[in-house]
Amino acid sequence: MSNIAPTLARQALRISSRRYPSSALARGSSRAAAAFSGHGRRNYVSETKPSQATVNVDTTIKADQKSFMNQTGLNPREAMMPSTGMSADAMMSPTAGILQQATIMDEGTRPIYLDAQATTPMDPRVVDAMLPYMTGMYGNPHSRTHAYGWESEKATDQAREHIANLIGADPKEIIFTSGATESNNMSIKGVARFFKRSGKKNHIITCQTEHKCVLDSCRHLQDEGFQVTYLPVQENGLVDMAQLEAAIRPETCLVSIMTVNNEIGVVQPVDEIGRLCRSKKIYFHTDAAQAVGKIPIDVNKMNVDLMSISGHKIYGPKGIGACYVRRRPRVRLDPIISGGGQERGLRSGTLAPFLSVGMGEAARICKEEMQYDSKRITSLSNRLLEGLLSLEHTTLNGDRTRHYPGCVNVSFAYVEGESLLMALKDIALSSGSACTSASLEPSYVLRALGSSDESAHSSIRFGIGRFTTEAEIDYVLKAVRERVTFLRELSPLWELVQEGVDLNTIEWSQH
Amino acid sequence: MSLSSAGRGDMPFQVRSLYRSLLRQSGQFAAYNFREYAKRRTRDAFREHKTESEERRIQELMQKGLKELQMLKRQTVVSQFFQLDRLVVEGGKTGKQTGNEGGIVRQKDQGWD
Repeated sequence: MSNIAPTLARQALRISSRRYPSSALARGSSRAAAAFSGHGRRNYVSETKPSQATVNVDTTIKADQKSFMNQTGLNPREAMMPSTGMSADAMMSPTAGILQQATIMDEGTRPIYLDAQATTPMDPRVVDAMLPYMTGMYGNPHSRTHAYGWESEKATDQAREHIANLIGADPKEIIFTSGATESNNMSIKGVARFFKRSGKKNHIITCQTEHKCVLDSCRHLQDEGFQVTYLPVQENGLVDMAQLEAAIRPETCLVSIMTVNNEIGVVQPVDEIGRLCRSKKIYFHTDAAQAVGKIPIDVNKMNVDLMSISGHKIYGPKGIGACYVRRRPRVRLDPIISGGGQERGLRSGTLAPFLSVGMGEAARICKEEMQYDSKRITSLSNRLLEGLLSLEHTTLNGDRTRHYPGCVNVSFAYVEGESLLMALKDIALSSGSACTSASLEPSYVLRALGSSDESAHSSIRFGIGRFTTEAEIDYVLKAVRERVTFLRELSPLWELVQEGVDLNTIEWSQH
Repeated sequence: MSLSSAGRGDMPFQVRSLYRSLLRQSGQFAAYNFREYAKRRTRDAFREHKTESEERRIQELMQKGLKELQMLKRQTVVSQFFQLDRLVVEGGKTGKQTGNEGGIVRQKDQGWD
C-alpha cells in the first residue's frame, strides 16, 4: 500500500495536469487523492445526482405557479388566459401548454350513436363469422359440383336455420332477400298479383303508420287497379280492431300491418290481427324489421303468413334481409325477380354467403341474448324517458305500455325539432325514419296519430341498442336538457307560455 | 388450454384465469361501445353463472368462454386496424383536470384498464 500510493498520486497529477487548466488542478488532485483512499476505483469526477441533472417539470411548474400567485393574487388554475381558451396553469410552461393542447386534441369528436332504429352496428361476433366467407370460402352456394359450393351451401342453410329458430319457423320457409324493403315489396305485390290472375280478390288493407315501402307498394298497386284501405290509427298509435274488422271485405286478399313501428315503437296487436285474418282466410303480412330479435316472435302463435325481416336491424350486415313465406297453408306469390329459380323460385339470383352467414349469426346471437338485451335496454330506456319527461312540456309519442322500450319518441314543445337536432350535433339522432330525414316535412306517422303540426315538428326519436352505455344516456340527458332550455330561451312563444298565455287563444294578425 | 387434461382442483383457477383473460382482451377494443359491451357482458355472464355447481355445465360454459376469447382476440385486432375518432363521452368533454392534486400534464387517458 505504502509504495502504491505515491505512484498513483504521481499518475493522477500527470493526468490532471494534462486535462485541466491550472486553476482546476488543485481541486482535481484533491479529489483524486480522496478517490484512492477508498476502494481502488479511479473516479476523477464525481457523479451528479440524477435529480439535479434534469429539470423537474413538476417542481418548475409549481415554482412558476407560486410566482404567478405572488404577482397577480390569482390561482392560476382558475385564471383564464384571454383569447387562448387555456388556463394560466397551462400557459405556465411551454411543455405543459402543448401537452394540454394535445389532450384537447385527443378528446373525442365522434357523436354518440342513438339511432338504433335506422341501423345498428355489426356485432363483432357477426363480423367474426363472416370473415371466412369473405376471404377463403368464396364458392357459389348453388354450385352442386364441387366442395367450394358445398361449404357455402352448408353455411347458408345453417344461417337459414338460425333465422327460422328466432321466429319459430321452418328453415324452408325463409327466403333471403336484399332487405326488408324487398321483402315487403315481394310480399305485397306478389300476393296481390297472384290473386289478380284469378281475378276475384283485389282489395288490400294496410295502415297509415306503415313504413314508406309498404305504403308505396300499395300506391303502386292502386295504379294497377287494386283497391287499398289505409286504416287510421288511434291516438296511441295502435290499430283499432273493430275498424279493421269493418274494413275487411269479401274480396280482401291481404292485410299488412307492421309489428313494431319504426318511428314511435308501438307494438301492434299482431296476435289478434293474425287470428282475425286466419278466421276470414285472408293472408296476413307483417313488417317485423324492427321487432325480430328484440321482442319474442312466433309466426305460428301469431298466425302470420308473410313476414319481412331485415339484417341490419339485428346487428347484422346491411344488404340482406329475409322474408318468411308460410308453407302450410301454402302462400302463393308471384315472384318479382325471376331467373335461375333459387330460393324456391321466389327470389332468383345468387345468394351472398357471407351476408347470409352474418344475418344467421346475428339471429342466433339475438335469440341467445334476447333476455339479457331486453332487460338492459328497458333499464336504459326508463332512465332516458324519466330524464326527458322530467323536463317541462315534453310528451312521449305512442302508447306507454304497448311499446318497444328501445325506441323513445319524445316531443319537446316550443322547440323546433330540426334546430334541436342541429344543436345536438354531438349525438346522432333523427326526427323520424331515415328515409324521410332529408326533407323538413313533419313525420306522417306522427300526423296520423293526430299530433298537431308543431308537435310533429318538435319530436325526436332516440334509439337505444345493445351497445348503448349508461354514460352515453347520461351525456344525452345533460345535453338535451341544456340545449332545450337554451332554444326555449330564444323563443318568443316560450315567453308567452311562461307568462301563462294560452297560445291557442292568440289571434295572429294577418300580413 | 385443454380442459380434459386439467385436474378437478384446477377448475376454480382456470375459471378465474379465463375471466381475467376475457376482461383483459375486451379492453383491447378500439371502439368505445364494443369495449364497454364486451367488458359488461363478460362480467354479467360470470356473475349469472357463479352459483353453477354441476361439473358438466361448468365445462360447457368454459368451452363457450374459450370460444369467445378466441373471437375477441381476432376481433380486437381488426378493431385496432380500423380505428376511428373517439366518442364525445370518452375521456371527458373538456379535457380539463378536475382534481386539485397532481400535475396538469395528462399524457395518457387513465382508468380504462
